[in-house]
Amino acid sequence: MADPIETRPVSRRTVLKGVAGVAGLATIPAIIAACGPSGASTAPSAAGSAAASQPAASQPAASAAVGSVSVGSNHSDPGEAKGMEEINAAFTAETGIAVALNKVDHGTFQDQITTYLTGTPDSAYTWFSGFRMKFFADQGLNTAIDDVWAKVKGNYTEGFANSVVGNDGKVYGIPVDYYPWAVFYRKSLFTEKGYTVPKTWDELKALSTKMQADGLTPIAFGDKDGWPAMGTFDILNLRQNGYDFHVNLMAGKEKWTDPKVTTVFQKWAEIVPFHAKDYAGLTWQNAADTLVQKKSGMYLLGLFVSAQFQATNNPADLEDLDFFPFPTLGTQFDAENALDAPIDTWQISSKSPKLQDELDAAKAYMEFWSKGSTQVLMFKNQPGLIPTANDADTSTYSPLQKKAQEIVSKATKITQFLDRDTRSDFAGANGMQSFLQNFLKDPTQDLAAYQKTIQDFWDSLPPLT
Amino acid sequence: MTAVATTTPVAVRRTKRIRWQRVVLHLFLISLAIVWLFPLLWVVYTAFRPYSDTAGPDGYVSIAKTLTLDNFTSAWNGAQLPQKFLNTLIVAVPAVIVTLFVSSMLGFVFSRFSFKLNILLLMLFTAGNLLPPQVIIVPLTKLYLFLPLPKLISDNGVWYDQYFGLIAINIIFQTGFCTFVLSNYMKTLSKELVEAALVDGASVWTIYRKVILPLCRPALAALAVLEFTFIYNDFFWALFLMKSGSKRPVTSGLNDLQGAFFTDNNQLAAAALLVAIPTIVVYLVLSKQFVRGLTLGSAKG
Amino acid sequence: MSGPIASGASAPSGPPTGGAVVQPRRGRKYSLLTRRDKTTLALMVGIPTFLCLFFIWFPTIVSVLLSFTNWRGISAITSENFVGIKNYVTLFTTYPFFWPAVAHNLLWLLFLSFIATPIGIFVAVLLDREMRGTRIYQSAFFIPVVLSLAVVGFIWQLMYTSQGFINSVLGTNGRDNTIDWLGNPSLNIWAVLVAASWRHVGYVMVLYLAGLKSVDPTLREAAAIDGANQRQTFIRVVFPVMRPINIVIIVITVIESLRAFDIAYIINRGKNGLELLSILIVNNSLSEASLIGFGTAIAVVLLVISLVPITIFLVRTSRSSAADQI
Repeated sequence: MADPIETRPVSRRTVLKGVAGVAGLATIPAIIAACGPSGASTAPSAAGSAAASQPAASQPAASAAVGSVSVGSNHSDPGEAKGMEEINAAFTAETGIAVALNKVDHGTFQDQITTYLTGTPDSAYTWFSGFRMKFFADQGLNTAIDDVWAKVKGNYTEGFANSVVGNDGKVYGIPVDYYPWAVFYRKSLFTEKGYTVPKTWDELKALSTKMQADGLTPIAFGDKDGWPAMGTFDILNLRQNGYDFHVNLMAGKEKWTDPKVTTVFQKWAEIVPFHAKDYAGLTWQNAADTLVQKKSGMYLLGLFVSAQFQATNNPADLEDLDFFPFPTLGTQFDAENALDAPIDTWQISSKSPKLQDELDAAKAYMEFWSKGSTQVLMFKNQPGLIPTANDADTSTYSPLQKKAQEIVSKATKITQFLDRDTRSDFAGANGMQSFLQNFLKDPTQDLAAYQKTIQDFWDSLPPLT
Repeated sequence: MTAVATTTPVAVRRTKRIRWQRVVLHLFLISLAIVWLFPLLWVVYTAFRPYSDTAGPDGYVSIAKTLTLDNFTSAWNGAQLPQKFLNTLIVAVPAVIVTLFVSSMLGFVFSRFSFKLNILLLMLFTAGNLLPPQVIIVPLTKLYLFLPLPKLISDNGVWYDQYFGLIAINIIFQTGFCTFVLSNYMKTLSKELVEAALVDGASVWTIYRKVILPLCRPALAALAVLEFTFIYNDFFWALFLMKSGSKRPVTSGLNDLQGAFFTDNNQLAAAALLVAIPTIVVYLVLSKQFVRGLTLGSAKG
Repeated sequence: MSGPIASGASAPSGPPTGGAVVQPRRGRKYSLLTRRDKTTLALMVGIPTFLCLFFIWFPTIVSVLLSFTNWRGISAITSENFVGIKNYVTLFTTYPFFWPAVAHNLLWLLFLSFIATPIGIFVAVLLDREMRGTRIYQSAFFIPVVLSLAVVGFIWQLMYTSQGFINSVLGTNGRDNTIDWLGNPSLNIWAVLVAASWRHVGYVMVLYLAGLKSVDPTLREAAAIDGANQRQTFIRVVFPVMRPINIVIIVITVIESLRAFDIAYIINRGKNGLELLSILIVNNSLSEASLIGFGTAIAVVLLVISLVPITIFLVRTSRSSAADQI
C-alpha cells in the first residue's frame, strides 16, 4: 500500500541561507562566532557520577529546579559515553538536578525504539530529526517543547530549526549535533603513494584500480550492520538522479522499479569490486580500522569515523585524516553538491512513567543541551559530532571539522540518511538493510527483478497511521 | 560389558589386542577432546593477550609475547559485569526456587492422583516449555507493558523492564520441563506411601511437604543445578523484556558489548570468558547433578 | 501402618492405582481426601495452570489473532486494522526473506539430525565402557552445553573472523584470499551450524550415555554369545532398546532447530544468509519497524510447524502416561 503521509527530508537550502547569507563567502567559523557569544567550553567536572546507574542523590548545588531526570542515551561508544558523563555532571553541577542515565547500545536503541517509546521510556532521550521524529510525534509519543524552543531558538540557524518541527507545526526536539558523509582518507598515504584526490567518477575508478595494484583495499566498507550501505546508495542516487527524485523515492512517490534507480545500482556495481572481500562480516569500526592501519585507501562514511582515529591515542593519526566530497557523476545534479548530513536531537517522551514529576527537569535538560558549551563537551570526546548551536566555541575545531562545517554549508541540498528519511518499517533489518545486502552479494544479478522485490515490499506495507 | 575372558591362548592374544585397541581408543579420544575444547581454549588464549600483541603482523595465531590480565579488568569494568552478575543472581535464584516449588507440587499431583484432566494438564505444561519463545514474545511484551505492579517493586508501575517480570516468565516457562521430570521421578516412588499417609489422616499438603519433598531431594538438587544454568544462560527473555542496560542480566548483556568494544577481540574474548566461567565451574563441581537432571527427564523407560 | 486396608486385603484388586481412590473390602469406593485436601490440590494445580494459560497460551492465541491485522502496536487497535489473510499472502509470495528463513531452519534440523546427533551417539558409544578418564572426556564434550548460545556465538566469531584462527591456519587471512565465514551468505549458515553442533553433540552424548547405561547387560551378553560383533550388537540389539531416548533426542533436535535464535542474532542480527524464522519475527515486530501484524503471522507459521513435533511427543507421552495410570 502506498504511503499516504507526505513527507520530505528537510532542505538544507535554508542552512546555507542562514549561515552563509550573513557574511557572504566568509568562513563558517567566523560567521558562527559572530552570530552569538563564543563561550569557552565549561570546565567539565571529572566525576562521572551518573554514568549508567540508578538515580543518584541530588548533589547540593545552586539554582532552580531540583529532583532528577531519567535520560535514555544511545551514546554507547566509549568516547561518546565519556562525553555523556561529563555533560551530565556539568548539568547536575549547574542545576542541582540529578541525572539517571540509561545507556543503551546505539544499534539496539534504534532497533527497539518503538517498544521503548510506547512502553516505559525515559523522560529525555536521544533520537533523530526529520521524518523519524515526525512519525513518532504524529503518534503522540513526544511532548512538544515549544516553550523551551522559544528560549533557545536564537541559538540556531533556520536549517536546524526546521529539522525539529513536527507535522503539526510544534517543536519536538533540540538539535544537538550533525555530521556530513564524505569520502575519508589519510593524507600521508596519498602523499606516500602519489595519489591525487579524485573529483569525478572515472577518476575515482582509476584511483581505485591503482590502489588495488599497490596492494591496498581501495574503498573500505563494512556492512555487517546493514545500514552503512545506505550511505552509498544515498550519495549515488543524489548525484545520479537529484535531490527531488531521491526525496520522492523515500516518500514512495517514485517507484523503486524506475530505470533511474537501475542506473544507481549499475553504477554501484562498478565499485563493489573495490571493497575488501570480507566487507559483509565487518562492522564500520572494523572497516575504519583498515583505514587507520593504511590497509585501505578511502572510506565513504560519516564524520564519526574520526572516533577510530582518535582512539589510537596518537594525535598524528587524527591530524592525518582528511576527506573529499563524493565524486561527481557527470550529471546535472552534481551542482547540487548534495550529501547526507544527519542531525541528532534530544527529545522528551510522552509516555514516561516519571514524566509528571520530571517534566520541568527534562525541559531544563533540553535547555542545557541547546547550549554550545554543552555540545562542545560531547564534541571533544567524539570529534565526529559537530555542534549545531551557534554559540559553540569553534576555536577548538580542527581543520577537519571546519572543513566539515564548510561542506555542509556549501551543499544546496542535504538529506538525513536513508533510514532517517523514509519509513522505519521499510528501512530496517526486515527491509532495506537486508535488501541492500542482497544486492551487494551479487551486483550483477537481474536488477529488474531485484528492484521489483523492493517495490513489492514497499507496496505490502500497511498504512502509516 | 565384554564377554568373560577365558584362559585359552586365543583369549591371551585377544587380551593383548584389546589393550592395544584401548591405547588407540584413548589416543583418539584425547585428540578428539582437545579438538573439541579448542575453541574455548583459543578464547582463553586470546583473552590473556594484550591488543598490541595480536595487532602485529602475525595476528592472533602467534606465540604470545606477553600475557596480561588487563583485558579481564577492562571487560569487568567496561561492561559493568559486577552489576550484570548481580542482576543474574537476582533473577536466577528466586526463579529456580519458585520453579522447583511449583513443579514439585504439580509433579506430585500429576503422578499421585488420577483425575480427568491429569494428562491434559501435564501436556499443557510440557508443550508450554517446548514452544519457541518467539511465538509469544510480541503479545507478551504488550501484556507486560500493561500489567500493573505495585510501585514497591516496580519503578514504572508495570511488569515490563522489571526483575519481577523476568523472574515470572522464566518460572512459567521452565515449569513445564521440571514438572515433566519430577512427575516421572515421583512415579518411581513407592505408591503405597501416599495411600498409607492419607489413610493415616495426613493432609495432602503435609504429605507433599513431609513425605514427597524429602524423597525428591536428589531430583530437586539435580534440577536446581540444571535450572540455574538454563536461566543464567537465558538470552532471549532478558533481551526483550528488560530494557534498562543496568538491569540486564549478564548473558543478554553480552549483546551490548559488540558496539562498546569496537574491534578489540581480546576484550570481547575476556568478557565472554568471564560470563562463561560461572556455568563451567558449576558444571565441573556439580557434574553429577547436572547429568542426572538432564537424564531424569528422558529415561522414561 | 494400621488400618482397615493394611490389615485386611493385602492389596487392592487389580494393578495398583497410585491414585487416591482406594477400594475397601466391601467393594464400595470412597475417597480418602478431605474437602480441605481437595481444595489444596485444586490450588496446587489451579494456580500454576492459570498462570501457564495466561502467560503462555493466551499470548499464543493473541499472536494468532494479531496475525490477521496490520496493527503497529502504537495506537489502539480498531476494526480497520483487520486485513484477513493478507499478511500470510505477503509472507508466502512477496517477502523475500521468508523462504530462505524456512530453508535455514530446515537446514538446521537436517544438520543437527544427520551430523551432530550421530557424532554425539558415536562419542557416547565410545565412552560407554569401563575405562579411566571417561569422566574427563565426557566433560570435554559437555562443557559447550553449559555455555549459553550467546557465548557460543562469541567464541565461534573469534574463530571465524578474517584474522581468526581458522583463516590463519588455512592461510586465507590475506587481503585477496580471505574467506568471509560470517559475512558470505553462502557460507555463514554452515559456520553457524558448526557452532550449534559443537554444543548439540555434547547434549546428545550425555542423554545417550545415560540411556546406554540403563540397557540391560544381559541383552548384550546374549548377543555376544550369539556371535554378534560390536557393531551388530549396537544396531540390532542396543539401538532398538533405546527407543525412548531416541525419541527424546529427536524431539530435542527438532525443537532446537525451530528455536534457533541466539547464535545468528549475536553474529549479525539474522541477516544476509542467517535468516531464521525466530529472528524474522523479532526483526519485524519488536524492532523499529513495529509491524506487529506481519510479525505475528510469521510467529503463527513457526507455531504451526512447532506443534507437529510437540504433538507427536505429547501423544506418545500421554499414551504411556495413561498406561501407567491404569
